[in-house]
Amino acid sequence: MEHKIILAGFGGQGIMVMGRLLAYAAMHEGKNVSWIPSYGVEQRGGTANCSVVISDEIIAAPIVAEPAYSIIMNRPSLDKFEPKMAPKGVILVNTSIVDRDVERKDLDVVNLACNDEALELGDIRYANMIALGAFCKKTGIIKLETLKKSLKNVLSARRQNLVEINQKALEKGYQLV
Amino acid sequence: MGEKFLMKGNEALGEAAIIAGCEAYFGYPITPQNELTAYMSKRMLEEGRVFVQSESELAAVNMVFGAAGAGKRTMTSSSSPGVSLKQEGISYLAGARLPAVIVNVMRGGPGLGNISPAQGDYYQATRGGGNGDYRLIVFAPNSVQEMADDVIDAFYLADKYRMPSMVMADGMLGQMMEPVVFKEPKGNKGLPPKDWALTGAKGRPRNIVRSLMLGGTGLYEHNEVLRKIYAEVEANEIRYEELETADADVTLVAYGSASRACIGAVRHLRAAGKKVGLIRPRLVWPYPYKVLEKQAEKSKKFLVVEMNLGQMLDDVRIGVAGKAPVEFYGYAGGWIPTVKEVVDRVNQMF
Amino acid sequence: MKTVYKKPESMTSATTIYCPGCHHGIAHRLVAEVIDELGIADRTIGIAPVGCAALAYDYFNVDFSEAAHGRAPAVATGLKLTQPDKIVFTYQGDGDLASIGAAEILHLANRGFNITTIFINNAIYGMTGGQMAPTSLEGQKTATTPFGRDLKIHGNPMKVSEILTQTAGAAYIARGAVYDPKHVMETKKMVKKAFQNQMDGKGFSMVEILSTCPTNWGLSPLDAVEWLKDNMEPFYPLGVKKDIDQDQ
Ligand SMILES: Cc1ncc(C[n+]2csc(CCOP(=O)(O)OP(=O)(O)O)c2C)c(N)n1
Ligand code: SF4
Ligand SMILES: [Mg+2]
Repeated sequence: MEHKIILAGFGGQGIMVMGRLLAYAAMHEGKNVSWIPSYGVEQRGGTANCSVVISDEIIAAPIVAEPAYSIIMNRPSLDKFEPKMAPKGVILVNTSIVDRDVERKDLDVVNLACNDEALELGDIRYANMIALGAFCKKTGIIKLETLKKSLKNVLSARRQNLVEINQKALEKGYQLV
Repeated sequence: MGEKFLMKGNEALGEAAIIAGCEAYFGYPITPQNELTAYMSKRMLEEGRVFVQSESELAAVNMVFGAAGAGKRTMTSSSSPGVSLKQEGISYLAGARLPAVIVNVMRGGPGLGNISPAQGDYYQATRGGGNGDYRLIVFAPNSVQEMADDVIDAFYLADKYRMPSMVMADGMLGQMMEPVVFKEPKGNKGLPPKDWALTGAKGRPRNIVRSLMLGGTGLYEHNEVLRKIYAEVEANEIRYEELETADADVTLVAYGSASRACIGAVRHLRAAGKKVGLIRPRLVWPYPYKVLEKQAEKSKKFLVVEMNLGQMLDDVRIGVAGKAPVEFYGYAGGWIPTVKEVVDRVNQMF
Repeated sequence: MKTVYKKPESMTSATTIYCPGCHHGIAHRLVAEVIDELGIADRTIGIAPVGCAALAYDYFNVDFSEAAHGRAPAVATGLKLTQPDKIVFTYQGDGDLASIGAAEILHLANRGFNITTIFINNAIYGMTGGQMAPTSLEGQKTATTPFGRDLKIHGNPMKVSEILTQTAGAAYIARGAVYDPKHVMETKKMVKKAFQNQMDGKGFSMVEILSTCPTNWGLSPLDAVEWLKDNMEPFYPLGVKKDIDQDQ
C-alpha cells in the first residue's frame, strides 16, 4: 500500500510540523516514508504545503502530484489542491477558515472547525494537531499512539513542555470524527 | 549507530560528512542546499572543527584547496550556479592532486534558472567543468540514505586516489526527509599516507602543492600519472544497480531523482506483464559502459530518463554502441518525472 | 477624494511580493520617484541583484538587466561604457554587494565610473532564508550563526560605505534609512544626488539604505524598525560619508 498525502495552509499554521509528525510516526511504524516541503519563493505568498508519502515499498515519487489524501487548512490551499485530488480522495477541511464547500462530488469530505476546537484547548496553534488527530481516525493510515509518541521528535528542545497539550489536541481531533 | 533518523537530505549530507571525519567545511548560502550550510554552521562548531561561511563559492573552493593541502578531510557544497563558480578551484584540485569532496544539490539552469530540482549539471560534473583533462569521481544518490552513504564513500575514494570527488544530488533529494541510518566509515584503512601535505618541512624534504608545471616534460608526465589514476578508478570503482534487467525488452537508464519514477514505472509495467528493466548508475563517473554494452545484447530498446535535455544520453549511446535504439525522455528546469509519465512513454515503445 | 499616494510613473502596476514591513518596496519607490523627477526614465537602465530584489525588473518601468550574484557593477560597467549617455544604476543587497560582489563594487568605486548604486543593507541574506551577511552585527543570530555572530569565528561586520569613501573614484557616498517620513525625505535627497551626479559626470555615487527584514530577523514589522534603530543605526551611522562637492 502507498498513501499519498498533501498538507497545506498558511505559513504559521504548523503545516510542516504536522507533516513531519506524520512522517516520524510512519517511520516508527516501520514504513517507508518521505516528506518534502514546497520551498523558496512559493512560500513568500504565505501558503505552505508539504507532501508525505507512506508506503510498504520504495517510494517512487516523493512529490505528490495527485494526492489521495489531503488536509486543507486555508482557502487558497483548497482552491489549489481540490482539482488535483485523486478520484474519491479523502479531504479534510478546516472550516474555521475555509469559507467555501468542497465542490467535487466524488471526494470523501471531512469538515472540521479546527481553529475553534483548538481554541477550546486554549490556543489556536493546536489546530494542526486537531486536524491530524481527525485525519488519523478517518484514514487509519497511522496509529494515534504512534503519533502521540512521535511528538517529542518534532518539537524543538524549547517546546518539549508542549508535548502533552499537543497529545491532547491529537486525541481531541481523533474523537471528533 | 544503527539508529534510524528522519532527516532532510541536506542535513544527512552534513552529518555523514562529520561522521566521515570532515575536519573543515566551507560554504556559501544558496537554495536548495541552504540546510547543509546551516547544519554545518552548528554541528562543526559543536565538534570543534572548522566552519566558514565564505564570501563566495570561489573563495569556498579555494579554502578547500588550502585545507586539502594541509592533508585534512574537507568539503564544500553548493547548488548549480555556485558550483559553476567552483569549477576553477576544482580544476586546480584535480591538477594538484588534492582529495576533497564537493556537493552539488542541483537546481534548474542555465544561469540563475530557478530553484527547482534538475539534473542539468551532468556534463559539467562528468566531463570536467573547468579547464584541462581531469575527472571527478561522481556519486549520483537517489535517496537520503544514499546521500549519507555516498558522502562517506566520497571522502574515502578521494583519499584513496588523491583526487576530488563529487556528490551530485538535486533539490528534491536535498529538501526531502526520509529515514536514514548512518554507516560506519572505513576510517583510514587501506589509504595511502598523506606524505605530500603541507605541514612544515621539519625532518623531511619540503612539499609543494601545485598544478603549474612549466617547461620540459613535467606537465606531460603529470598528466600521464592522472591518466593512470583515472584508469584505475575506472577499473575498480564502477557502481550500478540493476532492476529486472535479465529479460527486459526495454531497458530504462536513469540516476538520482529521475530514477525513482523509473523504479515505480518498472514495478507498474511488470505488473502489467511488460518486460521492462532499469539500469541505475550509482556513480556517473566512472561510468558502467560495459554493463550497457552487455544489456544491449539482450534488450531491444533503451530509454534514458533525465531531468535535463539529454546529457547522460551520450554515455548510454557510447555504452550501447549502436546495438539498439536509444530513446530519450526528459525536460529541463524544474520537471520531475512521474511514474505515469514514464509508464506512458515506455508503452509507446512496445 | 484626495490622492494621498500616487505610484511613480517609473513603477509598473505590479504589486511587489516583499514581506509585510520589508523596506525593499520603499527603497524602490524612492528610486522611481527620483527617476521621474529627473525625467530620465526613457534612458535609465537598472541592474537587478541576486537577492530578494531579483525581480526588481517587474516593478521598475525602465530597461533592466539581470546580473549574476554580486556582478551587477561589472554588468553596469559594460552597459555604461558602451552608451555613456544612458543612466545606469545597480540595486544590490548586502550579500550581493559586500560578500560575493566585494571585488566588483570596490573596483567600480575606485575606477570612478559614472554609475549609481543603491545598496540595501538589511544585515542578512533575505532571499536565501536568513544567513549571516557581511553586515550582520556582533551577536546577531542567523541561520548560519546559530549561536550568534562571534567576531573571532565569523569575522567583523563590514562598514562598506566607510570603506568605499577611501577610493579615489567615489564622488558621493551616503547612508540613509526609510523607517519614518523624515528619514524617507532625507534618503530621497541622497538618492537624487547620486543620480544627478551621474548626469553631471561626477563619478561613482552610492547610497546605502539601512533596511528591515522582519521575516528573517524573526520580528514583527514594528519591532524590526526598533531593532534597526537600536542596533544597526549606532553601528552604521546615517549621513553623507563623502561628497566631492562639499570636500573641495
Ligand atoms: C553564485 C550564487 N551564489 C549564491 C546564490 C544564492 N543567493 C541568492 S540571493 C543570495 C543573497 C541575498 O542576500 P542579499 O544580497 O543581502 O539580498 P536580500 O535578499 O537580503 O535583499 C544568495 C546567496 C546565487 N543565486 N548565486
Ligand atoms: S525576506 Fe526579508 S528582505 Fe526579503 S522580502 Fe522578506 S522581509 Fe524583505
Ligand atoms: Mg540582505
